[in-house]
Amino acid sequence: MSDRVGIVVFPGSNCEQDCAKVFGDMGAEAVMVWHGDSSLPDVDIVVLPGGFAHGDYLRTGALARFSPIMSAVREHAESGGLTIGICNGFQVLCEAGMLPGALRKNAGLKFLCKWVDLRVENPNTPFTSRTTKGQTLRIPINHFEGNWYCEPETLESLRTNGQVVLSYVDNPNGSLASVAGIANESFTVFGLMPHPERACESLLGSEDGALILGSMLDHVSAKAGV
Amino acid sequence: MGFVANVNVMLKEGIADPQGQTIERALPALGFDGVAEVRVGKRIRLEVDAADAQEARRRVEQMCERLLSNPVIESFEVDVEQ
Repeated sequence: MSDRVGIVVFPGSNCEQDCAKVFGDMGAEAVMVWHGDSSLPDVDIVVLPGGFAHGDYLRTGALARFSPIMSAVREHAESGGLTIGICNGFQVLCEAGMLPGALRKNAGLKFLCKWVDLRVENPNTPFTSRTTKGQTLRIPINHFEGNWYCEPETLESLRTNGQVVLSYVDNPNGSLASVAGIANESFTVFGLMPHPERACESLLGSEDGALILGSMLDHVSAKAGV
Repeated sequence: MGFVANVNVMLKEGIADPQGQTIERALPALGFDGVAEVRVGKRIRLEVDAADAQEARRRVEQMCERLLSNPVIESFEVDVEQ
């Protein structure tokens, strides 16, 4: 019985097919979940993929948090189910209050589409268990509003709790403390601006993204007692 | 009763505004010197039903807190036309 991954599709999402493909290649079963549905199918992992949900109207991720599916996503996370928000998905999770902080326009005001090196700050999460502390992951970014910010007191507490999971080796967008990916307090929700689903095949330049997505599958399998 | 409300949403003080900085650098090239502290925000105009202007203001402020502004990085001002 393979792990089931639910990928939420908002109007404007555009990375759902890539997410489905790489999870499928890793032996999981991926299903698309329409944002307008009010319940999730039976899935172990929820993915909020990249793109421009609701056209980024008002603010990126601001309207997507009101989509009917989001209450089910919240419940899934609260009951221990893993949720990953990639790029636009990260923006949606921050606007939904499921992750701290906010994503601003890149400091250089340029849309960035390039490979970056990430440092693993916390390898002891369901999203990074296949990595080691300080390991460098080569994963691409593709965003205009990836500049993460939170209040200084919040940053202190995130660091203390190990919630800063990934950082940029060479900060491309001005993110506070070079933060690239963060988790919630219970480590069931993870958001990152880089696209791990674009770094799962050596032919495309890197397989480091598979370490993140694979860690999540390992966690699900372990819970299932496989 | 219907009231017209105007909301100004700005980045909080202390939060860097690269759009504002870019504009500030561009103005001298057009001959406008002596310009500083350029910040860019957004204005939202809406019409809202309320018993009185005070209730209209309160409703719009709630909209600002919940949707129209992101309290992590933005502040807002509400103006209700009488």
